Amino acid sequence: MSALIEFEGFNKFFGDQQVLKAVDLQVRRGEVVVILGPSGCGKSTLLRCLNGLESADGGHLRLGGEELLAPGTDWRQVRQRVGMVFQSYHLFGHMSVLDNLLLGPLKVQKRQRHEALAQAQALLARVGLLDKRDAYPRQLSGGQQQRIAIVRSLCMNPEVMLFDEVTAALDPEMVKEVLQVIQGLARDGMTLLIVTHEMAFARAVADRIVFMDAGRILEQNDPESFFSNPQTARAQQFLEKFSYMESLPKKMPAKELS
Amino acid sequence: MSFDVAFILSTLPAFLKAVGVTLQVGLIAIVTSLLVALVNAAILVYRTPYLQRVVQLYVELARNTPLLIQLFFVYFALPSLGLKISGFAAAIITMTFLGGAYLTEVLRAGVEAVPRAQLESGRSIGLSEAQLLWHVILPQAGLLSLPSLFANFVFLLKETTVVSAVAVPEILYTTKSYIALYYKTYEMLAVLTLICVLLFLPLSLLLRYLEGRLQHGQFGS
Ligand SMILES: Nc1ncnc2c1ncn2[C@@H]1O[C@H](COP(=O)(O)OP(=O)(O)OP(=O)(O)O)[C@@H](O)[C@H]1O
Ligand SMILES: [Mg+2]
Repeated sequence: MSALIEFEGFNKFFGDQQVLKAVDLQVRRGEVVVILGPSGCGKSTLLRCLNGLESADGGHLRLGGEELLAPGTDWRQVRQRVGMVFQSYHLFGHMSVLDNLLLGPLKVQKRQRHEALAQAQALLARVGLLDKRDAYPRQLSGGQQQRIAIVRSLCMNPEVMLFDEVTAALDPEMVKEVLQVIQGLARDGMTLLIVTHEMAFARAVADRIVFMDAGRILEQNDPESFFSNPQTARAQQFLEKFSYMESLPKKMPAKELS
Repeated sequence: MSFDVAFILSTLPAFLKAVGVTLQVGLIAIVTSLLVALVNAAILVYRTPYLQRVVQLYVELARNTPLLIQLFFVYFALPSLGLKISGFAAAIITMTFLGGAYLTEVLRAGVEAVPRAQLESGRSIGLSEAQLLWHVILPQAGLLSLPSLFANFVFLLKETTVVSAVAVPEILYTTKSYIALYYKTYEMLAVLTLICVLLFLPLSLLLRYLEGRLQHGQFGS
């Protein structure tokens, strides 16, 4: 089976600093790939390049076999196929929830209002927020806003969804409701690229774990193998930090650790 | 010296008309200034080469020369170049020249206050730059700059009195005409003061109210 997404010898610089170094990564249609790695290793940059928010500095990047780094790539077209959700749910503050959801389908995709509206409402219902359709973002909790941001991307009917630490800015009690939505998408067979620091979630949702360090992919494996038997010293160190947290004595307040 | 109430009453229709002229000049100038400012702000925000310099020069020039001199230049100097224009047209052009410069700065600051993250999430659903400007940046920038926009509208409306100098029959010109004709200085100044209070005070209060509301920010409150 050919890959839906294909990074090949992919490089990215910020000034003199090379933040992605000859990255090779293939993602098949319907696959759920979780990218792990220490802070600053280039996870966000990798996702942002796939969405055209950062420009590449060499190598190949293909979506459905089509080279995206060729001149003349219509990134607006690509972004409709590749949805992205960020850490801090940037909903449009001056628009109601429904207007946030409909902006792309109506203005970018020029779809019929009744059809787009039906889809938006169905998706809202699916994430349990249909009753919030007329609310403004600031009236919603972080977890609710993040679920709506996910729905906003889904309303474009993308082929792939990119999630960049979408629960990192949330209060612990709201993390679950957002992760459940992502898990639902994975179960439906959507292609997902997920950056997260939630190890238990990564283990549960991923078909494959990609471990990055300093701009390189150091290892890729199925989650069970990766978590129980990491191949590289860097990955072992990385995982030890998390298992250290989990193994702390129970007396510590649980909230600070989760 | 007596205070001639009957005379005041007899001038009221003329003053009513004058208020109409003041509002007309002010409102037209506000709209045209906004249009000029929108174009300029876009040039500044997108850092359009060369044009950006022109806009910066214009803003400095317009804000650092007195309105009266700008007005005389348009009204007296342009005709000598073969461009003959009415006092009303000169008034609108000059007010737009001044207002456009102030509003350019207001809009630019507003646009720059919109978080970059908003632009990224707009782009990530495939909005074009124009759509981003229209649906995301301008509404938010407008909201952020609403108090200073409104303050500048009030400022422009007040500045309309300057155009009395080129015989536009607005409130100050009407006052001066009556004083010149009938020497009813106190009465006419009293009327002018009253008009100014009635016209500008409510606007200032509205401005204060707006600022109060916007401090708590935004929509859905
Ligand atoms: N716009 C930018 N300009 C310059 N350097 C940048 C920029 N964005 C990121 N970097 C640098 O690129 C490197 C990779 O950043 P990136 O955000 O991709 O890391 P990350 O793996 O997502 O980290 P984190 O887990 O903290 O989010 C870092 O060293 C960062 O400082
Ligand atoms: Mg990151």
